[in-house]
Amino acid sequence: MNDDPNAFTLGPLQAGPPCCEPQPVIQVRNLSLRYNRQAALDNVSLDIYKGCITALIGPSGCGKTSFLSAINRMTDLIPGCSIDGRILVDNQDIHHPQCDVQALRRRIGMVFQKPAPFPLSIRRNIALPLNEHGTTQKTEVTAITETVLRDVGLWDEVCDRLDVSALSLSGGQQQRLCIARALALNPEILLMDEPCSALDPIASGVVEDLICSLQGRYTIVIVTHNLAQARRIANYAAFFWVKDQAGQLVEFGRCRHIFESPRDELTAAYVNGARG
Amino acid sequence: MQTDRVLTGILRAGALLAVLVMLLIFCFLLFESWSALTGLSIAGFLTDVSWHPLEGTYNLMPMLSGTLLASIGAIMLGAPLGLASALFIVFFAPLHLALLYRRLIELLAGIPSVVFGFWGLTTLVPLISEWQPPGASLLAAVLVLTLMILPMITITACAALTAVPEELFRNASALGMSRWGTIAGVVLPAARVGITAGIILAAARALGETMAVLMVAGNVVQHPESLFDPVRTLAANIALEVAYAMGDHRSVLFVSGLLLMLLVMVLSAMAGLLEERQQV
Repeated sequence: MNDDPNAFTLGPLQAGPPCCEPQPVIQVRNLSLRYNRQAALDNVSLDIYKGCITALIGPSGCGKTSFLSAINRMTDLIPGCSIDGRILVDNQDIHHPQCDVQALRRRIGMVFQKPAPFPLSIRRNIALPLNEHGTTQKTEVTAITETVLRDVGLWDEVCDRLDVSALSLSGGQQQRLCIARALALNPEILLMDEPCSALDPIASGVVEDLICSLQGRYTIVIVTHNLAQARRIANYAAFFWVKDQAGQLVEFGRCRHIFESPRDELTAAYVNGARG
Repeated sequence: MQTDRVLTGILRAGALLAVLVMLLIFCFLLFESWSALTGLSIAGFLTDVSWHPLEGTYNLMPMLSGTLLASIGAIMLGAPLGLASALFIVFFAPLHLALLYRRLIELLAGIPSVVFGFWGLTTLVPLISEWQPPGASLLAAVLVLTLMILPMITITACAALTAVPEELFRNASALGMSRWGTIAGVVLPAARVGITAGIILAAARALGETMAVLMVAGNVVQHPESLFDPVRTLAANIALEVAYAMGDHRSVLFVSGLLLMLLVMVLSAMAGLLEERQQV
């Protein structure tokens, strides 16, 4: 553990990734991202391993969310956002002109900080994206709905009121519904942008357990400001920091290494709470 | 503190005055129509042979049907057009075009109704007459009313659509949903209540519209058998006859005014209820 006696100690660490051979599924190469003239990310290269949870940590404004949004090309929706560098998902360049963005986003689900279920019934929230992607058969949709709601632990809470508005759910339930909605499309990768930070501690704990339970089945990239959380759930961690007014990747490695024996001084200072 | 109290007092007085005027108008209508409501049989308004006030037959039904048909027709045309315009402005038009289009629609709202009537009379009616004489008809009334309520529907629908939170779009896009899929599946349901409220208010406007309709509808008291038959609406009837009406006739005109006001009140109440539900 840490040499610094004042460093706060946290719960038990994840031993490591479940997969023996880390197998990169997302390969980011020399990614730079700017909003109009303001650089947000500078030359970031990073591999995301299959079936693992990778946490992106770092102070606000260091480009974590921009990095996350670039992976499923949500950055396309931001006016003035331009990207340099390559992102390969399963060895395919996502910026290739023939890449179908809608299909890409189906493969790469995303969960946002603030849960935003559609103002429709719980059932419809899950059925709508499914219908949009061509799954229209009612029995199939019903089956998927039950499966994903069970996966996120929501089924027992809502199975008798699937037709009430999703907005009547609590914040934590809404977030789990949003995760279920993303899982319904059977994605390979899940991007999570601070999925717990808008929730109360108990709901946050439930969602955190849920994310852990998804480990192995999905490749998860999670942005979090909560270092303790990153330490608890992640297999890998990437530490971002602002240098020269642009976000840069300072260090990437096994979560344990990042937290226990970081190579970079900045990382050490940040994970020990001295900086950031 | 002192100024607060003075201001509150002024605001209260203003609000009270507005309500009082409204109540007074209602009482006045009731008072003026009292002799017809008590003296004549109310069933007569529905079953008399016709509207011949000088002979004492006061069947309001042809004019009520004219009013309702013209309004329903205008809504049936205006609602889809207005909604399409709003969708165009909010989601599809490039920014400058959206702004220009919006300004035009707002300008349309500012055209006085008599000018609409004037245009209808000199342009629309002759056109229809070439196709299906006599021209002055239910169709002409529907078309003019459509133009008049279009801005209201468009503007309220725009407001309802822009009020849909941006994050719903982000969530839908992140699920790989297409633009149209998002609009049809998420945005329209989310904005449904606001859009409906706008349409109801527009219907209230169409029911009460007098001048433009009077100028193009032909004003024959009859149940129209086709779109090309002339009709007379309740509002037009009042405007046409109130100048010379006396006794029971005059009183019955007030009854029709009361009827219109009740229709509009019911519609406004519906719109209000919907908007309340939206906020929950």
